[in-house]
Amino acid sequence: MAVLNVNPTRMELTNLKRKLVTALRGHKLLKDKRDELMRQFLELVRENKALRIEVENAIKQANNNMALARSVMQNEVLDVALMMPKQQMQLEIEKKNVMSVLIPKYKAKFKTSDKNDIYSYGYAFTSSDLDDSIKALSDILPKMLRLAEVEKSCQLMAAEIEKTRRRVNALEHIMIPQYQETIKYITMKLDENERSNTTRLMKVKDMMLAEALQGSR
Amino acid sequence: MHRVAVLGDKDSIYCFAALGLEIYPTEDPNAAVETIRKMANQDYAVIFITEALAEKIQDEIDRYRDRMEPAIILIPGVVGNTGMGLLNVKRAVEKAVGSDILN
Repeated sequence: MAVLNVNPTRMELTNLKRKLVTALRGHKLLKDKRDELMRQFLELVRENKALRIEVENAIKQANNNMALARSVMQNEVLDVALMMPKQQMQLEIEKKNVMSVLIPKYKAKFKTSDKNDIYSYGYAFTSSDLDDSIKALSDILPKMLRLAEVEKSCQLMAAEIEKTRRRVNALEHIMIPQYQETIKYITMKLDENERSNTTRLMKVKDMMLAEALQGSR
Repeated sequence: MHRVAVLGDKDSIYCFAALGLEIYPTEDPNAAVETIRKMANQDYAVIFITEALAEKIQDEIDRYRDRMEPAIILIPGVVGNTGMGLLNVKRAVEKAVGSDILN
């Protein structure tokens, strides 16, 4: 493992030790964040899958009815029937913070509260299959919105998990070992300096003693 | 207030108009890309798009994956279910976990 390119001084050592403590703490926190995000993500993604299958089946059903309607009605009649919708839907978005990921919550607001306003036509010239089709879609609409909510949340969380995982890995496998190695290197170097200093002092002392002995003779 | 749009071939999405969603019938990928770009700059929160059309403009849809708005959600059209919607769920799992563990 590569040792950082630093001077082996006591000051660097203190700095590095402080950095290592921060890195370890950050690593632990990020790991917790990743685990919790992952738990919530898996829950959401399971719901996402179930909802998607349900919604797709319902839409398929509605489309089948629509195909029947189209086969018994003239195109123009169908166009006219759906040209001027009475109902209008708008969404209110609430943002929810899950582990620093903002996920949306949709709340549907309808222009008219009357349930029958989804039929924007008189029943005289249209087939009942069209009614069935529209009813089926209207029933599944809340599920579709929930699906949108869940699917978007999954996408946003997946991106965040990926980012967090990279950070955790970088800390765990690069930063922390690097700091530890460098701290070890500096400690060794300082100890070595200490020892060589002691040896030098002992040597000097010996030389001075020998000189003093010679002088006294 | 945010709006909801439906994009795709006319036969697949016409019914949604009755529910109060805004429909944009188109089958041309270029036109669809342009419409989505316009919507992204306005207050559209959710865009439902048919799988058949989404398949042709995958790149454009991926651009909005990491953004809060708009949420682009795939729905099956009259031509049937291509399985792309579920594939997208799978992709999210793969991105987060590393491999698809939901089977």
